Amino acid sequence: MKAVLTLGVGLAVVLALALVPVIGPRILVQDLFKVLCLLVLALNWNLLAGFAGLVSVGQQAFVGIGAYVMFATTILWGWDPLAGMLIGGMLAMALSIPIAFFAFRLNGAYFAIGTWAVADIARLSFGQWRALGGGTGTALPRDATREMFGVGLVRDLLGVSPAAAIDAVTYWLALGLATVMLVACWLFLRSRMGLGLQAVRDNPVAAQSVGVDPTRLKALVFLLTAFVTGLCGALLFIQIGRITPDAAFSVIDWTAFVIFIVVIGGIGTLPGPIVGVLVFYGLQRLLSDYGTVYLIALGLIGIAIMLFARRGLWGGLIHCIGFDPFPLGHAAPRLARQSIKEDAA
Amino acid sequence: MMLLDTLVQGVMLGGLYALFAAGLSLVFGIMRLVNLAHGDLIVVGAYLILGIGTSIGINAFLAAAIALPIMFAFGWLLQTALLNRVLGDDILPPLLVTFGLSVVIQNVLLQTYSADSRKLPVGPIESASLPLGPVTVGVMPLITFGSAIVVILALNWLFYHTALGRAFRATSDDPVTAQLMGIRPRRVFAIATGIALVVATIAALYLGARANFDPSIGPARLLYAFEAVIIGGLGSLWGTLAGGMVIGVAQAVGASVNPEWQILAGHIAFVAVLLVRPRGLFPRAND
Amino acid sequence: MTGLLEIQGLTAHYGDFKALFGVDLILEEGQTLAIIGANGAGKTTLMRAITGIARVSGGSIRLKGRDLAQLSAPDILTAGIAMVPEGRRLFPSLTVEENLQIGAHARTGNRFWTLDRIFTLFPILRERRSQPGTALSGGQQQMVAIGRALMSNPTVLLCDELSLGLAPVVIREIYAAFPTIRDSGAAIIVVEQDISQALKVADHVHCMMEGRITLSGRPQELSRGAIHDAYFGVKHA
Repeated sequence: MKAVLTLGVGLAVVLALALVPVIGPRILVQDLFKVLCLLVLALNWNLLAGFAGLVSVGQQAFVGIGAYVMFATTILWGWDPLAGMLIGGMLAMALSIPIAFFAFRLNGAYFAIGTWAVADIARLSFGQWRALGGGTGTALPRDATREMFGVGLVRDLLGVSPAAAIDAVTYWLALGLATVMLVACWLFLRSRMGLGLQAVRDNPVAAQSVGVDPTRLKALVFLLTAFVTGLCGALLFIQIGRITPDAAFSVIDWTAFVIFIVVIGGIGTLPGPIVGVLVFYGLQRLLSDYGTVYLIALGLIGIAIMLFARRGLWGGLIHCIGFDPFPLGHAAPRLARQSIKEDAA
Repeated sequence: MMLLDTLVQGVMLGGLYALFAAGLSLVFGIMRLVNLAHGDLIVVGAYLILGIGTSIGINAFLAAAIALPIMFAFGWLLQTALLNRVLGDDILPPLLVTFGLSVVIQNVLLQTYSADSRKLPVGPIESASLPLGPVTVGVMPLITFGSAIVVILALNWLFYHTALGRAFRATSDDPVTAQLMGIRPRRVFAIATGIALVVATIAALYLGARANFDPSIGPARLLYAFEAVIIGGLGSLWGTLAGGMVIGVAQAVGASVNPEWQILAGHIAFVAVLLVRPRGLFPRAND
Repeated sequence: MTGLLEIQGLTAHYGDFKALFGVDLILEEGQTLAIIGANGAGKTTLMRAITGIARVSGGSIRLKGRDLAQLSAPDILTAGIAMVPEGRRLFPSLTVEENLQIGAHARTGNRFWTLDRIFTLFPILRERRSQPGTALSGGQQQMVAIGRALMSNPTVLLCDELSLGLAPVVIREIYAAFPTIRDSGAAIIVVEQDISQALKVADHVHCMMEGRITLSGRPQELSRGAIHDAYFGVKHA
């Protein structure tokens, strides 16, 4: 019964969001596009760090790879950007195999800096790609996006400018990607494999002794999230239209924001990224004029959450109302385990 | 001759990277904490030296000497007020807190000092150089390299020949049993982070004297430091120096081919070493 | 009569499980007390609660009248209670000598136990002083662990499962050091699964079962049957 209600509400929200390009102003479409993309990235990062225990600070590598590959197929081969986006996602996944092979050698905490280093290697390497403008980057040709699959149709249907039609198409794609990702996360986390993953997270030794292979599972999650992160990266840069290595591989835009979103919303919970992205959007509207102050505030909030409410706003809400509206089988809370008892004196 | 010159420059640069890395390695060794804000704390050190130097009008070396105890206190406070609260079996909270700290530090520096690049004035010594056999070496790079060796000697002495070092090692081995010996792990951690920031300040002096710095360069220093630690093998300070030299030489060689390849060459050397020797050049026998 | 160490109504948890249910215990000056009991009886939790490693949820632990129940482990050591932990737990990256020296980490001033006196008590350790602690045999490691605890010059020495995993001849060698330790002024509590060893060394024996003390008395007063009952929780036929 509860599941039907959740499903109904979810469906209504998705439908309402789908109508935004038809009835809403273009600026809102663009804003929500960013929010939806950040949500996709956040869902992926949450899967990695919150469920698979892989705290990556290098997800911008896959955003950038996806975006650059899409640019390459569009500019160099004249493909439709949407086809390029698919290739981008696939290449991000393909490259995640050697990256995983390398980064999985680094234990626990060093994995984080290892992925960061890999992303920096990717940034510098793509900066050497002269055909795509090297370090200064390049722009998508105007016609490429105008003639993109679906843009003409939307233009005719809604009677809007080509630019608005591009925004609408990318927006719907982002909405679709976010919805699919959310449903996929839910199904995955309740599946045998997903439960195995949570078992590994909560007690690696015990999970291994009942036959869950943590490395294989984690590698699988790493590959799949690389695919979706790559797709999302390509989609972001179709809409942005311009690329530079620093923008495509930005640790702040594609990883730091995403980490703060997940941490604020509630890491290791499924609705956490949704809650987080809403708070993030609100804060951005409120503080975006202040630039650096906004980043300082985000950093401080993230730190405060880790200190005082480790499971974020969603975790706090569950704690207050006493039950979990979106239970994930046996998703156990991650409690702080402090083995060192000592007085403050 | 060119090649020899490049190699020597690279080795000297490696000393600087070893200084970046020593603090990171120390903190990880004692409390298994990977401080993602380490690079930004080095940059804080550089701004502090700059601030002291310009406000009292003294040489950067003297200013650094004043900055050392201040940074020790800052590290002690940082560990006591913040990091001790998130240490535990779970690696996630300390990583996220130090990552948040990194973003906060960068933006506070940006807000305070703007994005303009600065440099630490060290006087005429900056351009001085010595003929060293067939090559000529700058005095500042030599001092940097010498300082790296002195710092590593000092840290090794501290670790293996003092009561504090004994407490460091015991706490690292087994914090619960260490408490049965009357050791307070949190105080030990606070001292360790204080020392790490002292080393970071020494690194900051040479960083700021060698090249321009601005609030955004911290993460790159973290990456070099991290690569030096991993190449050297966890837990070996001399290994860290060797790791710094590998990165330094790779960067110098890369830059001599094409200036754009400097950093990439260092990263590639790191990946190559890790592929051949997964546990670094000088891994510790146990663990 | 008041004892050196008085424990009253002590309750404590092992993880989430309540492991001690109101333990009362008195240790007098110069006494050696043995606590016996099966696995899981709460003996180790009792030791960990006294030394501040396990959190005490109720009751009091008084040493010379001062309540230590809420103090941290380092403070309890400074107050005068040292422990030889179960499994010895030497520090692998410290040499034998450093393992001993670290026992004196919190000590102030000169007292009875010095490195030299430990080496006199266990001469083999002098030969092995610069080896890593963990390179030694089990018995020698146990000697280091005892020496390490003595280096703090404790008023009360707790020994948790000294004989675990050791050969009988080694166990005898280790317990041979007890008279010297007692003469140094330390009262001793030993936790033992080896009942006969416990009865031999102790002036007083407590038997624990399921987090409670179920039997106490002087070794010669306790019948084999009574100990059997208290140990296994079944009525002796």
